[in-house]
Amino acid sequence: MTLFAEIWDGTRGFVVKTGAFALFVVRLLAVTPAALLRFRLVVEQVYNTGARSLVIIMLSGLFVGMVLGLQGFDLLQRFGSEEALGVAVALALLKELGPVVTALLFAGRAGTSLTSEIGLMGATDQLAAMQMMAVDPVKRVCAPRFLGGLIAMPLLAAIFSMIGLFGAQLLGVQLMGVDSGQFWSQMQAAVDVDDVMEGVVKSLVFGFACSAIAVYEGYHAVPTAEGVGRATTRTVVTSSVAVLVLDYMLTAVFL
Amino acid sequence: MKQSRAIELGTGLFVLLGFAALFFLVTQISSRGAGFGSSGYLLTAKFDNIGGLKTGAPVSMGGVTIGRVTTIDFDSTDYKAVATLRIAPRFDRTPEDSDAAINTAGLLGGQYVGITPGGSETYLRDGDRIEFTQSAVVLENLISKFLFDKAAEQAPAGNAAPDTQGAQP
Repeated sequence: MTLFAEIWDGTRGFVVKTGAFALFVVRLLAVTPAALLRFRLVVEQVYNTGARSLVIIMLSGLFVGMVLGLQGFDLLQRFGSEEALGVAVALALLKELGPVVTALLFAGRAGTSLTSEIGLMGATDQLAAMQMMAVDPVKRVCAPRFLGGLIAMPLLAAIFSMIGLFGAQLLGVQLMGVDSGQFWSQMQAAVDVDDVMEGVVKSLVFGFACSAIAVYEGYHAVPTAEGVGRATTRTVVTSSVAVLVLDYMLTAVFL
Repeated sequence: MKQSRAIELGTGLFVLLGFAALFFLVTQISSRGAGFGSSGYLLTAKFDNIGGLKTGAPVSMGGVTIGRVTTIDFDSTDYKAVATLRIAPRFDRTPEDSDAAINTAGLLGGQYVGITPGGSETYLRDGDRIEFTQSAVVLENLISKFLFDKAAEQAPAGNAAPDTQGAQP
């Protein structure tokens, strides 16, 4: 009986939380156009979430590309078709790894900082102070951060894919001796603009999900040191799961 | 003021780098971006069987890609597949008695439409139809034909074999 009650409580809690999140997203979207008018705040957040994630994204992209190049080369070599390395790496990066790995890193690097920042604002009564001055904290604090993340994500994913390709090229062509012309021309023949667009759409959706989750968790964090810490952890966990589930659904739609 | 300048600079660099990466991916990695878009003229060709031909597949003459397959439709009056080919404007001298065949690039490659030029002095124009076509070779049919031929060859020999063997000892 207690097990049943626990399951019931858990399910109910999940449904309630999903509902609260959906309502918050509606509220966020309603004030987002107004945030565009104060563009300075958005630019600041693009800097915080995007430009400051650049180093980790580029470094990860380079190594992911190099690993793909190495594994792909080893596999394709068995069939005597190393020239297909470019196609394999480009499609893997553009359609899956670029958006997904960028989103996971984004959740870890930018999402956590958004959550803890907003959560700490709540813990130090800054959000309450804004409400006292009739300033809507969702509009002033949450919306620019959400928008900044939404703008930064597709750009980060594109940079990740480009650096990854460069890494694969470095390994395959420079180190392993795949023909450079074959590498690029086979890639160009096999990759469509649609494939690039798939990556852009995916990264936009992931950017939306990660930013919205980060902002939501921060805004609803329990205003204590422990509460903020827990909210930050939840941001990473929820964002990662959301990204992987959404990725499956988007892939099913695109195929 | 000094600090906000740095933020603007950083953001600007980041956004520019992002768009440069996107531009690179769209133009350098993919093929459709470098295509001829919606220019060129349209030809149609009717095939009994198009095999695995897909829209976007190349149309080539003498191994050079001169266009792409834009649409594939089915004509239910004569039960044939109709492929619409968009040919780049500068390849405007395709003889009207040319022959279109569906070929396969390599053993595992994709299928494409190969055009073999005819000898006519009049050239195909926008909206014309290529009369002579060859369907895709369906590998299963080819294999089953080969096996049946082999079986037919073996049958008389197989009947004769026990006789000779029986006669030997």
